[in-house]
Amino acid sequence: MKLNSELSSAAKHVKTRKTVLRILTYIMLSVWGIVVLFPFYWMILTSVKSYGSYNAEHIPSFIATNPTLQNYKDAFTSVPLAKYFLNTTIFTLITTACMLLVIIFAAYAFARLQFRGKNLVFTLFLALMMIPNELVIITNFVTISNLGLRNTFTGLILPSITSVFYIYLLKENFELIPDELYKAAKVDGTSDLKYLFKVMVPICRPTIVTVVILKVIECWNSYVWPRLITDDQNYFLVSNGIQEIRENGFGRENIPAMMAAVVVISVPLIILYLIFHKQIMEGVSRGGTKG
Amino acid sequence: MKVVLEHLTKVFPGRKGRKQDVIAVNDFNFEIPDGMLVGLLGPSGCGKSTALNLISGLEVPTQGKIWFGDTDVTEIPPENRGIGLVFQNYALYPHLTVLQNILFPLQNLKGKDKLPKDVMLERAKKVASLVQIDELLDRKPGEMSGGQQQRVAIARALVKTPNVLLLDEPLSNLDARLRLQTREEIKRIQQETRITTIFVTHDQEEAMSISDLIIVMKLGVVHQIGKPQEVYDDPHNLFVAEFLGTPPINVFYGTVKDEALYIGDEKVLSVPGISDQDVYAGIRPEGFILDENGPLTCRLKNVEVMGRDISVISTHGKTKTDKDIRSIISTDNIVDRSSGKVRFSLKPHKVHLFSFETEERLYFQNSRSERHYED
Amino acid sequence: MKTNPAKAWLYLIPAIVFLGIFMVYPLVDVFIYSFEEGYNFASQSYTGTGLFNYSYVLHDPYFLQALKNTLILVVITVPLSTGLALLISLGLSSIKPLKHVFQTVYFLPYVTNTLAVGLVFMILFKKTAYTDGLINMMIQWFGGSSVDFIDGPYWAKMFVLCFYTIWIVMPFKVLILTSALASVKQDYYNAAKIDGTSTWRTFARITLPMISPMIFYLVITGFIGAFKAYQDAVALFGTDLNSAGMNTIVGYVYDMLYGDSGGYPSYASAAAIILFVIVLSITTINLMIRRKNVQY
Repeated sequence: MKLNSELSSAAKHVKTRKTVLRILTYIMLSVWGIVVLFPFYWMILTSVKSYGSYNAEHIPSFIATNPTLQNYKDAFTSVPLAKYFLNTTIFTLITTACMLLVIIFAAYAFARLQFRGKNLVFTLFLALMMIPNELVIITNFVTISNLGLRNTFTGLILPSITSVFYIYLLKENFELIPDELYKAAKVDGTSDLKYLFKVMVPICRPTIVTVVILKVIECWNSYVWPRLITDDQNYFLVSNGIQEIRENGFGRENIPAMMAAVVVISVPLIILYLIFHKQIMEGVSRGGTKG
Repeated sequence: MKVVLEHLTKVFPGRKGRKQDVIAVNDFNFEIPDGMLVGLLGPSGCGKSTALNLISGLEVPTQGKIWFGDTDVTEIPPENRGIGLVFQNYALYPHLTVLQNILFPLQNLKGKDKLPKDVMLERAKKVASLVQIDELLDRKPGEMSGGQQQRVAIARALVKTPNVLLLDEPLSNLDARLRLQTREEIKRIQQETRITTIFVTHDQEEAMSISDLIIVMKLGVVHQIGKPQEVYDDPHNLFVAEFLGTPPINVFYGTVKDEALYIGDEKVLSVPGISDQDVYAGIRPEGFILDENGPLTCRLKNVEVMGRDISVISTHGKTKTDKDIRSIISTDNIVDRSSGKVRFSLKPHKVHLFSFETEERLYFQNSRSERHYED
Repeated sequence: MKTNPAKAWLYLIPAIVFLGIFMVYPLVDVFIYSFEEGYNFASQSYTGTGLFNYSYVLHDPYFLQALKNTLILVVITVPLSTGLALLISLGLSSIKPLKHVFQTVYFLPYVTNTLAVGLVFMILFKKTAYTDGLINMMIQWFGGSSVDFIDGPYWAKMFVLCFYTIWIVMPFKVLILTSALASVKQDYYNAAKIDGTSTWRTFARITLPMISPMIFYLVITGFIGAFKAYQDAVALFGTDLNSAGMNTIVGYVYDMLYGDSGGYPSYASAAAIILFVIVLSITTINLMIRRKNVQY
């Protein structure tokens, strides 16, 4: 064993190195934190600058000297932002609700019922998970166009009602519920449907909440399909709306008003995130990807 | 190398003022002689793993000192203490083979301690054959049984020829059969290497069976240190008496009056030297003698014939936790079940009295075992 | 337990109908489209079958530009974002105070609307007649000369696109890697500490191999995601990506289908299938490398 003093001086050396490393870590993490947060700061900042003062800034200013809410008024009056908002809300709610019903039924069938061909059908379902959206969207576009469903909510909603991944997630969860509960319910004369909604769904609430949140995020941010299927502003969702604002805007390039619209669009999801960040992060780490 | 703990204390601060501080290890003062196999024994949550972590250096003590031989190691980081540690779930690196796992500690050596490759390999193979895993060197941990993984973990801990070997609950992850086998194995390895070894366990049988010395602790406090048989025969307080022994000791509420022990109204034993007071009377299962005229009367409940001996199970209104009384008697006796009662007389050195207030042992004449403990 | 098979199928019918119409049928149909030559959208008739659509797409300068852009994007953003995410996750898992705050902040881009926040990036990087924009101002602080990242030189546009893509994908990667790091048991680190393993060796020999399955998972999903890049480009450069020279393969597919240059589902199908084949091969290669290298 080495001499004691030698060892404790070595220990001190290690300690200082650790402190330096810790400081560097915090610096790095803070820098990335700023990179993440800065765009949000900039969009709020710009949204409260008046049109005149923004355009007068040759050198961008980090604070707003005369904050104004005029841009928010403009965002709601000179472009149909409220309409976009309403459309997206309707689209999100209906899509999520329909999807929930479809996947609960399917997951229940796979998890609890015994029938011939179950494994084969389930394998086929899983295989569908690997099909990228880009491949099927072309025909869907043609199908919806031929059905005359362009510029309708039906056309927007129909293709996103089923999700194999969520069926899979829910089925796994349903299977964790012990068989005894089902037998007990049968003995009490509970119908299958009642058992599903009174027992299984409440037990799996955490998973269902996760699925709902992920689907809401997906709906709120969806862009490609709505862009293909709508060209009437009355059916634009927020993503298409913001693109429309960008390209045709407020009659002139009004960046503060544009930023006000961006803030308005971003706020609902950010609030949702701040409330449910645990469930969202858990749900995403269980199998979500962006896009 | 002997290990000395001096006023060793570890306090975990309570969380944000809501909970109280937890004193996991409270003023440990003892010396473990060189070359011994020592069991650190206590119920779960008693701070024994913390004590082990303090000795290994993974935790820093709040107070006190640790000595390895004549060196104060309190401030020395774990890697320089010359210890081997076997983790409860082995902590074998799953992506490395057995050989790579064993080599891992040697490959960390730097500077003048650095070993040539062939020496490393030779040492790894030597310790592998010591723990009898020569055949498994190319396997990955995931492909082996729990007992084999345990051996690999021990080999990895031994390969640097540590001064002190520490094992955290070494048998808890094994099934009953492997447990018996592995504890013999640990004993054998320790005897071959003569490395001072400390292991933590909550299983008193395990500790009793292989240790040279056991340390019984509870809630961060050491209650008794001694050779296993010594501690069993001469427990210093009620906790130690109750914790050691299967079947466990039978504890009665008793009273001492005029140097005699009363359980209920029955005068069951004379206890010269004890003043009048309420006591706990602990009677080991083997301390009962079946005796038609015996002073202690119990309600007979059941008789289990075990072949080698007989367990008489009975009840008595004055037992501490309303548990059945389990007494073990030789097969020479015949239990008369007709009366529904059973009467015992007692072996004085198997009866331990404890103060009702302090739960400390009260000694009377004949209360110590005649046994002579060899060193 | 026996159930009436008819009842079981009843529960499955909605899912099967929707998947059939909107996934299985289109999947078959897209191959058919891609072989139908001279398809006319209005009359829904075609002149012949063959590989012409593929040949057209592969010779279309717009497609080649989109392919090039996508490849550059993939090659830059996948390693960079994975490496950066690893660095940040290692930092995150080594600290205690503020850890939760950082985690919450880092995940924020995941829940934002790509199109909306893209506009903020655009005005940060854009150079207009009135102002050089914030980023250019900062470049000038350090003595550089300003450049228009949105309408300027190719490399500048590509830089913003990569930057924004990384900004968007980081939350997912940091989340996955942080939980992978947290799942490595403390015992392994304690064992390493007792053996006197250096920090670097602990990382290279213990941490990295233990989380390697997750890193590979991220690389694969990263490749797939980056190959499908589209929304981030639209957010920065607008819907007319071809004229900006910043189109991506997916963008090309949509442009062929719809919009000013649209109305050609056959070309769109061919391009989509080419993309699918590329992604499939890269994923297969990844999986083969993985099988060789991931050690347990």
